[in-house]
Amino acid sequence: MDAPSLLPALALAPSAAAAILIVALRRRPAARDAVSVAAALAQTAVVAAMAPPALRGAPPVWAAIDLVPGVPLMLRADALGVLFALVASALWVLTTIYSIGYVRALREPSQTRYFAAFALCLLATVGIALSANLLTFFCFFEVLTVATYPLVVHAGTPEATRAGRVYLAYTLGGGTALLAAVVWTHALAGTLDFVPGGIAALAAAGPGTLWALLALFVIGCGVKAAIVPLHTWLPLAMIAPTPVSALLHAVAVVKAGVFGLARVVGHVFGPAPLHALGADTALVWIAVATIVGGSLAALPQDNLKRLLAFSTVSQLSYVVLGLAVGAPQAFAGALLHLASHALLKITLFFCAGAIHVAAHVDAISAMRGVGRRMPLTMGAFAVAAAMLAGLPPGAAFASKWQLLGGAASAGAWAGVAALLASTVLTIAYFAPIVVRAFAPDGGEDGDGGHGGEAPASLVVPLLLTAAAGVALGLAPDGLARIESLARAAAHAVGAGR
Amino acid sequence: MRQHLPILPVVVTLGGALLIPIVALGARRVAAPLACVTAGLAAVTAALALADAVASGPLRYAVGGWASPWGIEVVVDGLSGFVAVAIASVATVVLTASGPAVRAGYGPAGPLFYTLALLVLLGLLGMVVSGDLFNVFVFLEVSSIASYALVASAGGRALAAAFRYVVLGTVGASFYLLGVGFLYAATGTLNMADVARLAAGVSASPLLAGGAVFVAVGLAIKMGLFPLHAWLPDAYTHAPAPVVSFLAPVATKAAAYVLARSLLQVIGQADVPVAAAVAWAGGAAVLFGGVMAARQTDARRLLAYSSVSQVGYIAVGLGLGNAPGVAGAYLHILNHALMKAALFVAVGAVAARGGGVAVGALGREMPVTAACAVVAALSMVGVPPAGGFFSKWYLLEGSLAAGEPVLAAVLLAGSLLGAVYMYRLTERVWFAGAERRERGEAPAPVVAGLVVLAVASVAVGVASAPIVARVLGPALPALD
Repeated sequence: MDAPSLLPALALAPSAAAAILIVALRRRPAARDAVSVAAALAQTAVVAAMAPPALRGAPPVWAAIDLVPGVPLMLRADALGVLFALVASALWVLTTIYSIGYVRALREPSQTRYFAAFALCLLATVGIALSANLLTFFCFFEVLTVATYPLVVHAGTPEATRAGRVYLAYTLGGGTALLAAVVWTHALAGTLDFVPGGIAALAAAGPGTLWALLALFVIGCGVKAAIVPLHTWLPLAMIAPTPVSALLHAVAVVKAGVFGLARVVGHVFGPAPLHALGADTALVWIAVATIVGGSLAALPQDNLKRLLAFSTVSQLSYVVLGLAVGAPQAFAGALLHLASHALLKITLFFCAGAIHVAAHVDAISAMRGVGRRMPLTMGAFAVAAAMLAGLPPGAAFASKWQLLGGAASAGAWAGVAALLASTVLTIAYFAPIVVRAFAPDGGEDGDGGHGGEAPASLVVPLLLTAAAGVALGLAPDGLARIESLARAAAHAVGAGR
Repeated sequence: MRQHLPILPVVVTLGGALLIPIVALGARRVAAPLACVTAGLAAVTAALALADAVASGPLRYAVGGWASPWGIEVVVDGLSGFVAVAIASVATVVLTASGPAVRAGYGPAGPLFYTLALLVLLGLLGMVVSGDLFNVFVFLEVSSIASYALVASAGGRALAAAFRYVVLGTVGASFYLLGVGFLYAATGTLNMADVARLAAGVSASPLLAGGAVFVAVGLAIKMGLFPLHAWLPDAYTHAPAPVVSFLAPVATKAAAYVLARSLLQVIGQADVPVAAAVAWAGGAAVLFGGVMAARQTDARRLLAYSSVSQVGYIAVGLGLGNAPGVAGAYLHILNHALMKAALFVAVGAVAARGGGVAVGALGREMPVTAACAVVAALSMVGVPPAGGFFSKWYLLEGSLAAGEPVLAAVLLAGSLLGAVYMYRLTERVWFAGAERRERGEAPAPVVAGLVVLAVASVAVGVASAPIVARVLGPALPALD
């Protein structure tokens, strides 16, 4: 039963207030940055407080004014939403601390705009997570698109401007497809509410209509989820400052796309009707192509952040694969992977940023010896990379295991094969980096830069996320009850119809 | 006083327009505040009339005590009141914001500018509240002649633009008058409600069909609907900055409203597919205007073609004729007025800083101006929660409800084109160019006006559901 509550609205308040305060305090950097940290902590606390009621099956619900007659601006903190909101908020805390160290170490310009846009992005992300209907979801989805733009073009160089243009072209195009899908759904079903197991009235439409509608939804969410061939913007967007790549292009923005697909599969169409339509197979093949294609594209990259971006493309479709299979085990595995990939990939990006700040190295070919100068950073990198490949007992092992089990029991053998192949490929593209970084100094491949570790504000967050990755692998439910949330969300979708 | 409320906005504006030339003989500086106060009073009285109409049903006022169908009737209901409030309030903000530009000599001398502007406003408000077809023509001519003078006041290339505007505007007005004549011959009355009632009996009459076509073509020219928009781009490009900021948001809206009312009440009953033609012309306008705007390098010409495109949105909704479509069209009348006013004022402010109309690196020197322009641009693209998103939502719903998925696709394509041309403007305004020019923020009235317009753009979006349900809804065709 829904429980009317102010909590979902309160979850949006810290980032909204922060966006305003950050601009107001632009002349006092210390106070401005304190506001960012406080907002991230407050948001995480409020979201965490919603986890117990969500698990009890009494999600807090808050409805405001009507957006259009009959469709209110409405937030519902169900297990699926809380899971995503919790991951994004908790990592925002660490990213903020990391960001402060990063932009100060590099003396980045326009820091106020940077932090204000960051707060808006998190407002939109938590709004996406907690949206109770498609129109609310769409509104926050578009706000996220716009709020990310200043961060992508932050450097102000022609290259950054071009990346920003490509980013906007893809995401606004995707947003248009999504808008078409939302309006069409409203016309067909007469409702836009998310219903676990799918909107019943939608099943009455003909198969041709449903296929077209699903295609619009997949394009709409798929741009942010970076499914092939809609992924091109993501490697280009790596021009952004590293904390942006870490939180937005490994967690918030791309996961918003994946999360949107989870809502579409689980709460708009429903896994069972999708299976009856035969659309689950099509989605599985899209995911398979993206998993393998992303991993293959990562292999020849020399720029570390670009490599990580292609790795993200590949890993995101693990989640898509689990959603497409739709069986409760696979669905839960997908959501668990959403969390574990977030922890691990943000660690890897944090490491890339720390190397950039301390050793001024971006190219893998120039990383020889970096590991000896920055043992903590590269140690965390190695651990996170190994876990991401799926080595036990890491975070991604647990999620991959469930994905494999779910895919196998549903007979999606292409998916099983892709997961196994990608494991090998992931090791293949990460191993040379680690080996090179810990190789002896002074080879002709270039030097590993100068100095030791990056400042503590960079190193501590990356150690924490790496440790959290290990913890999530050892005790998937010990860390903020992530596994319970994933299971509850999958169970709700499975039991819906 | 209360029973005179429907006519008050018109009377107040007329009073101001007559007073300014007299007062200006002694004190030229009084012209600007007097004009702003007059427009503001018109907005307030229109809002009061609208509130009254929403609370207790449409207000009908017989001018001079002569009851309809013999006398002239003034009608304020949810629709006409809404458009009157939109026009008068946007005009108030824009007249206030254009004060510095007028003082700096960017347009006709103060008293002349404000007198003409109030005459335009008088004509537009009169068109909107009038319940009489011929009376609409009278006010149409009042507003048109005053706008010709305003456009021409810059001299030079503006003269050619104004000449084209005069010729096409006169053609439009003549078409409309001819159509009204046909309708009068067919039904024997000029009162809109009466024509609507009597037209049902003569729906097969060729006179009625001819009248409907002529009225629609005349109004389409006046509202700048593709392919009859030819006067618009030149007029908006070459007229003086304060004139464009004033005309562009409001000038086409009254004609759009009269077309809406005629389609609902009169033309819709004729045995010709005028409504469908309006909808598809609107769809073509959305695409044509968008493509042309995306190709422009001059900021004002870009905005002018964007107007062609946005007027198309309004026409699509009116042509669809169902409740969501018409609601979307009315919302877009207000939303487009707000965003276009903000954009033209912002571009004018940049021009006044000596940068011509080619903007660049404006963000650092004029952060508030730039931020407001960005909000207006987002509303144009249709990013929620800005108002433009919600008008497009209703238009899309209306297209699907009418079984016209192609029009829905056209509207979505128009949004993408909007993103392209607004990006071209905004990206350069806000982010491009590292060169620093010490210019500083625009004058206070400009900044204040921009902030009001930007905040209103978002506020109208957030409040769109109550507006549709309570203000527009009761006057719409069966809102479900």
